[in-house]
Parts: sequence; structure tokens; C-alpha cells
Amino acid sequence: MKVKIGAFLGGALFGVGLAVAGMTQPAKIVGFFDFFGSWDPSLAFVMGGAIIVYTPVYRWAIRTWQRPVWAPAFSLPTRSDIDGRLVLGSAIFGVGWGLGGYCPGPAFTSVGARSEEALTFGLAMLIGVGGYQLFMRMREKRSGGAVDAQAAAMIDG
Amino acid sequence: MIGTAAAGLLLFHGRIAGISGIAGGIFRREAGDISWRVMFLVGLFAAGAGWSLFYPEDYVVEISRSTPALIVAGLTVGIGTQLGSGCTSGHGVCGIGRLSKRSTAATISFMITAALTVFVVNEMLGGSV
Repeated sequence: MKVKIGAFLGGALFGVGLAVAGMTQPAKIVGFFDFFGSWDPSLAFVMGGAIIVYTPVYRWAIRTWQRPVWAPAFSLPTRSDIDGRLVLGSAIFGVGWGLGGYCPGPAFTSVGARSEEALTFGLAMLIGVGGYQLFMRMREKRSGGAVDAQAAAMIDG
Repeated sequence: MIGTAAAGLLLFHGRIAGISGIAGGIFRREAGDISWRVMFLVGLFAAGAGWSLFYPEDYVVEISRSTPALIVAGLTVGIGTQLGSGCTSGHGVCGIGRLSKRSTAATISFMITAALTVFVVNEMLGGSV
């Protein structure tokens, strides 16, 4: 129960953080990437600020904590090679982010705010996410369980 | 607040706060691994529902995008984040925070294509698609 409540509170804090930071306003996202128009650098401080808070906590935790409070072990990415799937997938994501002005977190929380644009975007995004995952599961089954789990799993975040 | 929430998820759940990864994992239907994901997304959703009552201006859409453009954008974000195994939060914040080479490469990749897309839309298509 506390795990579920904790996850809920984490999502809620994350969601309010996105709104306060301006990440839920597509015009701000587009403005950040509009290097040849009226560039708005403010989102660099959002990402930078989050990294500055996260990095020391992460380093401290992996060095001194045996395990997280509510789980038997940390579930952290282990791969370090850069492959085509990673770069191509991210490139495709960037096109959608620049086109729609939403990345996944802001899209979810803006659906909660009853934004029609976010609802359209969010439904298409869920179809993309679910479609990809179902396709990978089918491929795993067809290859007789020869697991391409690492390819399908979210190994980075 | 974003960094604090991500740090909390690491300390309490031992997880990377990557929204696309949290969402994608739901479809993988692994026993015991679904409820925290759903609750995190419900939290995100509730934050938008609650916060927008007091600050509706935080959710305004001031760019001109047609429904087909939003659908294409949503699909590419959905497929791209799963293929590239992460989004702004997972790669951009947590990944770079972990000094991950993969996440740094991914972040550079999606930043470049996002900027190129905005260039095409704003400078070549007049800002409306």
C-alpha cells in the first residue's frame, strides 16, 4: 500500500513540477528549440536544475545505500554501448517532441488538466507505446521465447 | 521539484523516473511490476487535474497544430521513446545525472531532431501544421 501511495505522490510531485517549470506549455518547448527564431532558453534551466538535484542524490545512494526503502534492490540500467536502436528511436522521439510540443510526462499530466490537444496527442502516444510493446512481445513469442527482452525492456529510463 | 520527485523514486522504489519507461512497462505485464507504474501515472494525471483548477494558464496551447499533426507527433513520441528506451526524464534528467553515455547520446539525438523539426515548422511552414 505504501509503495502505491509513494508512487502516486512521486507522480503528483513530478506533475506539479512540470507545470511550474513550463514544460506543459507546448509553445515554451517549441520556443526552446527555435534557435533561428525567438529562442527561449528557460527550459535549459529546468533540465539543468533537475539534473543538479538528482545527480548528488544518485551518487550518494548507489555508494552508501544497500537497497532502496521499499524494494529489495535498485533497478538501474547496466548497458553502456551506444546502438542504432537507441539513437534512431531517440531521433524519432525528437521529431514528435518538436512537432507536438509534448514529451511523455507533460502529455500525461496535461490530459489530467483536460487539454484537448494533449488528449489527442496522448491517445496517439499510448497507441505508439502499446503498439511497440505488443509487437515486441509477439516477436519474442514467435522466436520461440528466445528473449529479445533487453531490446523491448526500457533499459535506460 | 522534478529532480526531487526523481530522487524520491530512486531512494524509495529503486527506479529510474523515466515516464516513457514507466508507461511502457505496463504493457509488458510482468507480475508485481504494474501497480506502482499505474499509480505514478495516476499521480501525474491527478497533478494536472488539480493544478489546472488554480493555474489553468500553465496548460495553454499557444502553437497552431492540426489534429493530424498532433496524432503524428503522439505516435512518433510513443514509438520513438520505446525504441530509444527513454524520453526527456529517463535520458535527459536521470540518464545524464547518472553520467550515462547512452543517455547522453540519446539526449543529443532527440535534441537535434526536435530543433530540426521546429526549424522546418517555424521557418519553412510558417509555424502552423
